[in-house]
Amino acid sequence: MPEKIPDNSVGLVTPQRQSFAQALKLDCGRSLPEYELIYETYGTLNAQASNAVLICHALSGDHHAAGYHSLEDRKPGWWDSCIGPGKPIDTHRFFVVSLNNLGGCKGSTGPNTPNPVTGKLYGADFPMVTVRDWVESQARLAASLGIQQWAAVIGGSLGGMQALQWTLQYPEQVRNAVVIAAAPKLSAQNIAFNEVARQAILSDPDFHAGRYYEHDTVPRRGLMLARMLGHITYLSDDAMRAKFGRELREGKLNFGFDEAEFQVESYLHYQGRSFVDRFDANTYLLMTKALDYFDPASLHEHDLTRALAGVKAKFLVVSFTSDWRFSPARSREIVQALLRNRKTVSYMEVTANQGHDAFLLEIPQYINGFSAYMQHVAREAEQHG
Amino acid sequence: MASLRTDLVLLTEWIEPGKHVLDLGCGNGALLVHLREKRQITGYGLEIDDHNITQCIQSGINVIQTDLDKGLSDFEAGAFDYVVMTQTLQAIRHPGKLLQEMLRIGREVIVTFPNFGHWQARLSLALGHMPLSRALPNHWYDTPNIHLCTLADFEDLCDALKIEILQRAVVDPAHKSSLLMRLLPNLMGEIAVYRLKKSTK
Repeated sequence: MPEKIPDNSVGLVTPQRQSFAQALKLDCGRSLPEYELIYETYGTLNAQASNAVLICHALSGDHHAAGYHSLEDRKPGWWDSCIGPGKPIDTHRFFVVSLNNLGGCKGSTGPNTPNPVTGKLYGADFPMVTVRDWVESQARLAASLGIQQWAAVIGGSLGGMQALQWTLQYPEQVRNAVVIAAAPKLSAQNIAFNEVARQAILSDPDFHAGRYYEHDTVPRRGLMLARMLGHITYLSDDAMRAKFGRELREGKLNFGFDEAEFQVESYLHYQGRSFVDRFDANTYLLMTKALDYFDPASLHEHDLTRALAGVKAKFLVVSFTSDWRFSPARSREIVQALLRNRKTVSYMEVTANQGHDAFLLEIPQYINGFSAYMQHVAREAEQHG
Repeated sequence: MASLRTDLVLLTEWIEPGKHVLDLGCGNGALLVHLREKRQITGYGLEIDDHNITQCIQSGINVIQTDLDKGLSDFEAGAFDYVVMTQTLQAIRHPGKLLQEMLRIGREVIVTFPNFGHWQARLSLALGHMPLSRALPNHWYDTPNIHLCTLADFEDLCDALKIEILQRAVVDPAHKSSLLMRLLPNLMGEIAVYRLKKSTK
């Protein structure tokens, strides 16, 4: 519980829901006949609806990006470091919308919600969703909120891919895109990590082909392993060394396999276990596939420059030097394609040793540059009004 | 905004309106802001320093965080009308290679650098000390400058690399270009400004 809600917090927030009765045709060929999105908003939409900002979440994120749901909450939303009064995404100036993506497990229609046709939980029957499908569903949410054009669409990692996809899919509806620690597509190594994570889940005997809800169980071990693997790739070698080194929990070797001996093992176990309690294995499978499939250049003979030829948005692209999961070289591919099209883009390569996780942290260089950019966006939004 | 550095004012005259410009080591973006206002250019700045990056973003300048010593391979041949580098050449690890890279990606190149052949520098050395002046303000032990040269040295390099000098000017930091400077540029010029292109000969 926070001692007291900090002044630069958006404070207590309540999620909202929006139902969509019109069927959504998906990339996989199937359709969702109806669906619901859960979202939160912070700040106030101005009269011209010109100050709206969309936050897109990453693999394990959700709609709760900032503030607290109750005074009992131990932690604020996942991107509270950047969203709030006086923060880079300043809620005094912006109307911020943050949703849980389709296929998620935090309230939007997904594997753990009922299929209206059968009345049972979707489970493994939930169709595969892509980044393009998400943008489509987000565009409908925007329309329902009276937002015709986002002042900015912002995301890190898989969220950055959505921001990029927005500029391709709805070029007229995005004035700015902030693409952080992202990539124009995953590398083979990245897909490989995702596949190991999926196999961990799929091979768990408690997975029951995705119907574990009916068996009143969850594939704990599989999901835990998947998350442990993920965490290794989100940290850098240096950050792990600095954080854990070879520290032993009990100060001595136990010559056994029963318990975590090294601090790093204990950390991974903790991350894995706590994840199982708050995340759904089917959603994890879907999210990793959405990551793997994202490749907008593939529709343009694998030429990213051509793929980005029609974008109208201005870009801020950010990467972190020690991020090896979404390395600076991947962000520079996006920058390069924008440069070749003479688009408006700035790029920051932030010196940070925290790995991929850095995008969620308060690193001064990152926060200062991001704030400067968003102040520009805010001024533009006010002029637009 | 504070008044613009002399060499920047001068080179603005050399840039045609509406062109696409790349500024290497763009600092806080002052030149690009100036060129945007006076010459309606488009373009980007490359910069390495975090604080400068933030200032560029604040000014609405397109800035790409880059280490110039890692080269310009991200850019296509002929991508820019002008590639500009002011007061940075002398701090680059491989100035010759970078000049050739600049000429690959730009139709024309404009560089400015402090002239190590200026009489004050020569006098300092004659008296046994590394020069300290308005154009060379840092002590030898904390200067970023690792490749200082004179006008004559620079022109030798251009010769060797088959670079054509289209225009040359020398100025002092007080915005002046005297008759003496024009007559004896390598002795009287504090800051050199060159416009270059690849030699077709």
